[in-house]
Amino acid sequence: MPTVLILGAASDMAVAIAKKYASKGFNVQLAARNPSRLQALQSDLNIRYNINCTLHEFDALNYESHQAFFDRLAPKPDQTICVFGYLGDNETARTNWSESAKIIHTNYTGAVSILNVVSNYYASQKSGIIVGISSVAGERGRQSNYLYGSAKAGFTAYLSGLRNRMFHENVHVASIQPGFVYTAMTANMKLPPLLTAKPEDVANTVFKAATKKKNTVYVKWFWRWIMLIIKSVPEFMFKKLKL
Amino acid sequence: MKKVIANWGNYPAMESDERLFSYDDQLQDIIRNSPTFIPRGNGRCYGDASLAGETLNTLKYDKILSFDTENGIFECQSGLTLDQILEVVVPKGWFLPVTPGTKFITVGGAIGSDVHGKNHHVDGTFGQHVVDMDIILADSSMITCSPSVYPDLFEATCGGMGLTGMITRIKFKLKKVPSSYIKQKQLKAANLDELIRLFEEYKHYTYSMAWIDCLQKGKSFGRGIMTIGEFAKPEELNESQRKAPLALPKKKAITIPFNFPSWILNTFTVKAFNFLYYNKNVNKEINNVVTYEPFFYPLDALLHWNRCYGKKGFVQYQFVLPLAAKEGLVDILRRIGAKGMGSFLVVLKVFGKQEDNLISFPFEGFTLALDFPVRKGLFEFLDELDAVVLKYGGRLYMSKDARMKPEMLKAGYPRLEEFKSIVRKYNPDGKIRSVQSDRLELTK
Ligand SMILES: Cc1cc2nc3c(=O)[nH]c(=O)nc-3n(C[C@H](O)[C@H](O)[C@H](O)COP(=O)(O)OP(=O)(O)OC[C@H]3O[C@@H](n4cnc5c(N)ncnc54)[C@H](O)[C@@H]3O)c2cc1C
Ligand SMILES: NC(=O)c1ccc[n+]([C@@H]2O[C@H](COP(=O)([O-])OP(=O)(O)OC[C@H]3O[C@@H](n4cnc5c(N)ncnc54)[C@H](OP(=O)(O)O)[C@@H]3O)[C@@H](O)[C@H]2O)c1
Repeated sequence: MPTVLILGAASDMAVAIAKKYASKGFNVQLAARNPSRLQALQSDLNIRYNINCTLHEFDALNYESHQAFFDRLAPKPDQTICVFGYLGDNETARTNWSESAKIIHTNYTGAVSILNVVSNYYASQKSGIIVGISSVAGERGRQSNYLYGSAKAGFTAYLSGLRNRMFHENVHVASIQPGFVYTAMTANMKLPPLLTAKPEDVANTVFKAATKKKNTVYVKWFWRWIMLIIKSVPEFMFKKLKL
Repeated sequence: MKKVIANWGNYPAMESDERLFSYDDQLQDIIRNSPTFIPRGNGRCYGDASLAGETLNTLKYDKILSFDTENGIFECQSGLTLDQILEVVVPKGWFLPVTPGTKFITVGGAIGSDVHGKNHHVDGTFGQHVVDMDIILADSSMITCSPSVYPDLFEATCGGMGLTGMITRIKFKLKKVPSSYIKQKQLKAANLDELIRLFEEYKHYTYSMAWIDCLQKGKSFGRGIMTIGEFAKPEELNESQRKAPLALPKKKAITIPFNFPSWILNTFTVKAFNFLYYNKNVNKEINNVVTYEPFFYPLDALLHWNRCYGKKGFVQYQFVLPLAAKEGLVDILRRIGAKGMGSFLVVLKVFGKQEDNLISFPFEGFTLALDFPVRKGLFEFLDELDAVVLKYGGRLYMSKDARMKPEMLKAGYPRLEEFKSIVRKYNPDGKIRSVQSDRLELTK
């Protein structure tokens, strides 16, 4: 049975991804800051799908621990899905460095740190699949969330570079670009229902991108076009908008 | 986030701050910081039981915690829905001990309403199969209760409409089944007397219920079709069924996409529907073997069928009358016929004894459930029916209710004061309250 590692496993999106993989017969390694919270999810996956689910402590911001964290995993996962992220509060972050740093380091530095470890291992094995959940917010900075957006932009660029390098090592890297998704992160926002995906939609996209070796996939196809339009607005006009 | 929500009858609808949670610590945090709230499952109660300005929705709190496939003991979080449980337990030869007419309810809701099924006269209510459960009280502390540990809390939670606290973990006993198929028998009855006779004649059957055509007069008054059944033994299956006796039914459902205009439902359409339904069974008796799906959940194949009743919604009226009060049943059906307040789905069932009942709905007798679209004059008419129900010693099911008066509840439930005092003990300031509990003066 193949194994999948899910980094940042407590979120709605991660739970949906874990279920998807378990339903396809994967053993699941759930990694989160507070793994004891995930015991219920662990028993649930084991019972429903008759697989082996294990829990692992992981903090994206504790870079020094990442190599040891990965070394301890047995077996090594065939696929690694990087789900964690932090939206933060852009307004606070403008004047509060620790909030800015948390946004940057969770979405970018932490992801780079752990995926460096994972990709080096996969390169050595000449096999493996990495899926990173980035965001459409990384495609153009907006005044309401440019800290998060710029960190995700960095992550998106990292993933495409990694994909280029790993192609030559027989390792696939997929970037997922969700638009709006109904999760705890967005629970207090009013989202347009037609444009908003469910965590299960993201999970299906992730699984498909991994199996079909897709490069960059939008959750809900029209987001690709929405972003194309948003990106094509000339900067002299864009800067005047209140977005 | 605030949004407009309603339960299955789409009446009443109201704005509510509905909160979801996945983890115990989140739940405890929310409860600690909420001024008031009511637990909410899948909103399949019909009226206002799980409605309030603040609702705590369990649907994301839906994990399976353990499943002893040898002894049929199942443990889960309260937001898990019955359809998901069936998918896991049926292939292992187990079934729900008690199930209502829809599988789209949560285990928390099954206990909150202490639901009954077609086997009430044999197996009682859902609560009678619970081994133990955890409840988070109004002060956010957690208590494990069972019929012998904190029995008062246990009893008041089964059928207590969420007012004692938020049920979090439930362990209950499943029922062993020889297959996932039902050997069913459908019997046509020309009138109410015959229908009631059939219930008596076939009372040894584990599962039974009947549909009544409420718009017939004269010698066809109360005609209907009774459906009874048992889980089929492997030797009763046909060849293809026998290949996989515990197979899950195939998923197929049709969605009603929007609210029908309310004029669609009138005496004429109800009559036509009832005529077709009654006459589709050409033979007096039909015997066949079907999967459990059409037998237990015929309506689940039509997702959102409640939209057939239009935007104004509908109320379901379910009462129980003692066995001796057959005239009460006749009286009520006559009044419905006379008013032309026809209802598509009139379901009759005979309840068995319900021992030591504090606040659960069933007692030994006839129970009838009817749907009425909300329209002018309906509430006055239902008040009139209330008086008849009381006259014959009956009472109403809170889980279906959206309009009864507190006096009606009091008159029907002899141990109501005891129930209220247990609610006050565990929920002293009425922090846990719903529109219904306020209306029925359970939390005021
Ligand atoms: C088509 C249809 C057929 C039905 N057939 C039957 C039937 O045959 N027999 C029968 O008995 N009922 C029947 N019902 C009613 C239904 O089974 C009950 O109303 C059930 O309680 C709904 O559960 P829910 O998860 O949707 O909860 P909700 O409707 O959201 O809540 C129901 C009650 O349970 C409480 N509750 C929910 N979760 C919790 C929790 N975690 N902790 C504490 N309290 C909680 C709520 O506060 C509320 O008072 C039927 C309903 C429909 C729509
Ligand atoms: N929701 C959307 O609309 C949307 C849109 C585009 C992209 N995304 C992206 O999708 C992913 C999942 O988002 P979500 O909406 O499910 O978000 P969420 O509810 O805020 O969940 C974020 C998850 O990241 C974890 N996390 C945060 N910091 C961490 C750290 N230092 N170490 C380990 N884990 C950490 C959290 O773990 P804890 O549980 O321990 O706090 C949580 O499980 C994120 O990458 C997000 O940026 C979301």
